[in-house]
Amino acid sequence: MSTDTTEHTETNDEVEIVETDTVREALATAFADHLGDGCIESHITPGSDLWIRVDRSSWVDAARFASGPLGMSWLDFVSAIDWMPSPFGREMEAEQDWVVHGRDERQPAEQVTGYAGGDTRFQMLLRVYSIDEHIGVTIKADLPDDDLSIDTLLPVFAGANWHEREIWEMFGITLTGHPDLRALYLPSGFEGNPMRKDYPLVARRVKPWPGIVDVEAMPAADEPAADEPAADDTTDADDTTDADDTTDAGASA
Amino acid sequence: MTAELTLPADALANQDLANNAQLRYIASQAADSRINVELETEGMTLNIGPQHPATHGTLRIVAKLDGEQVIEAQPIMGYMHRGYEKLTEVRTYPQVTTLINRIDWVGSFANEVPFILAAEELMDVEAPPRAQWIRTALFEMGRIANIMLFLGDMAVQLGGITAVFYAFRDREFVLNQIESATGGRFHPNFNRIGGIKDDLPAGWIEETKSAMVKVREFCDEMEDLVVGNEIFQSRCRGVGVIPAELAKEYGLSGANLRGSGVDWDLRRDEPSPLAWSEIDWKVWTHPDGDSFSRYWVRLQETREASLMVEKLLDNLPAGPIMAKVPRIIKVPEGESYVQTENPLGAMGYYVVSKGELTPFRVKIRTASFSNMSITPWLLEGVYVPDIATILASLYFILGDIDR
Repeated sequence: MSTDTTEHTETNDEVEIVETDTVREALATAFADHLGDGCIESHITPGSDLWIRVDRSSWVDAARFASGPLGMSWLDFVSAIDWMPSPFGREMEAEQDWVVHGRDERQPAEQVTGYAGGDTRFQMLLRVYSIDEHIGVTIKADLPDDDLSIDTLLPVFAGANWHEREIWEMFGITLTGHPDLRALYLPSGFEGNPMRKDYPLVARRVKPWPGIVDVEAMPAADEPAADEPAADDTTDADDTTDADDTTDAGASA
Repeated sequence: MTAELTLPADALANQDLANNAQLRYIASQAADSRINVELETEGMTLNIGPQHPATHGTLRIVAKLDGEQVIEAQPIMGYMHRGYEKLTEVRTYPQVTTLINRIDWVGSFANEVPFILAAEELMDVEAPPRAQWIRTALFEMGRIANIMLFLGDMAVQLGGITAVFYAFRDREFVLNQIESATGGRFHPNFNRIGGIKDDLPAGWIEETKSAMVKVREFCDEMEDLVVGNEIFQSRCRGVGVIPAELAKEYGLSGANLRGSGVDWDLRRDEPSPLAWSEIDWKVWTHPDGDSFSRYWVRLQETREASLMVEKLLDNLPAGPIMAKVPRIIKVPEGESYVQTENPLGAMGYYVVSKGELTPFRVKIRTASFSNMSITPWLLEGVYVPDIATILASLYFILGDIDR
């Protein structure tokens, strides 16, 4: 994979890119050697970044290996990602949009995971960086769908505390061994895990999508239509403006 | 309370790492706490905030006290959580800059840059040199506007009110220049994928250079008024010492890390399309790791940034300010993480794209979040007036913590 991408790079930068690439390839090999079967896959963007995917049981070990022998002792962030394609996303429409346009019954897209692959819906992200070598790595770990839990990184990075509390409340992932798992941002009693893809963004549900600039008529084009509510020359060609008007009426009602 | 104040758990784990100054400091306070035991002081809980002048925004700190000493301090955030990571998932890429302007609202221009760079990296677009240089200059001006506020504000939190008026007076010159170039004093929203919105207005370069001279005069003034002040020194020296190794473990960055003697600056150490590598400048560090060193490093950085802006404007290349990008921006599938040295520290955007109009996931790594995560450790064992010193010297913006 990585050699493949190297060949595509521009010739004038090739020397430099190949050089940094070897550094990252050596790092990926070091991870694979140390973790054995625990290291599942790696991905390199030449001259830019490195991703390592590890088994859930090797998560803490990988962090310890990175922060100790590899010198990546600066904790950048710990986070998570929900790979489920959003049932709402940008297509998240308000109910009044459904009345006008009919509900968009699109099939959810296939779940595609990013660099270094992934098998399950939730994936952990850990980013560590070496201040001496000026190189960073993103470590990923899959979480099985029926058991959303992973060991805490607190024994390795004391600073993981708040990051893990955020993951717990935003994704509903349990950090085993974390002494203080309580809400960081959300009020107590808040239900749901907002960063999950199936958690609807309520503000989007109650208002029509404002951002479709390339579809929406410009404000100047809207105004005359607003002045003459009963436009007598309404033809089939004016369907779109008509629909907009109905939406506005629905919004004000 | 127990006779000896035990070291915090984190400190025990890193005892060999903690440098002597911190241990001496805690030991001296432990000695004081023994006196408190003799006096049989009652424990109490002090609620600082959410509205308190020592917090830039609404941060609440619940401190359990024994007499004048903090036994345990827990910051409580979330009063300003706006859910930007979720909101970016329903915004198109160009719309996201409007949101992220409001993360660190005092240095907003700098917020936009790493996100735009991450998107450009995924799209394989590079802004033309002139755009990169103007970006760099405005980035550094954002830094000046941001840190000037700190330089005045730190003094006011220690009881010296004068400095903050100087800061607001002179900061205005910089904000005016940012406004005349971008149209916004606080929220420029000036970066586009592939370049910047507009070229610089006529006469702007000369005006900016004279503003930079005023910035340096302000820095000299602060050097006399604040740094040279005996009370300021005695309130700050040896207070809130952060050992370098522990700072790394908590992910501290910016002047908080350089104030602990770590010579690391992303502007110098990471390859960036911006023009930092094209000019000569210096990274300032201070070995002490206390509140004073953090103030001192920021003061030097402000002066350095004003010199950087002048150098950038002197060598500004000619040419276009926008690369060719499609009218409707779709970012190809991929992941990229770009981090820059923002006024408050390292800020990064982990952008995951699925080839659509909106990002699939954006993880926003903000400097203040990590900088503040050390406070439970740092505030343990200090005196109540030192809470203000330490919080002020860590310098956080609440929007940058809560996002």
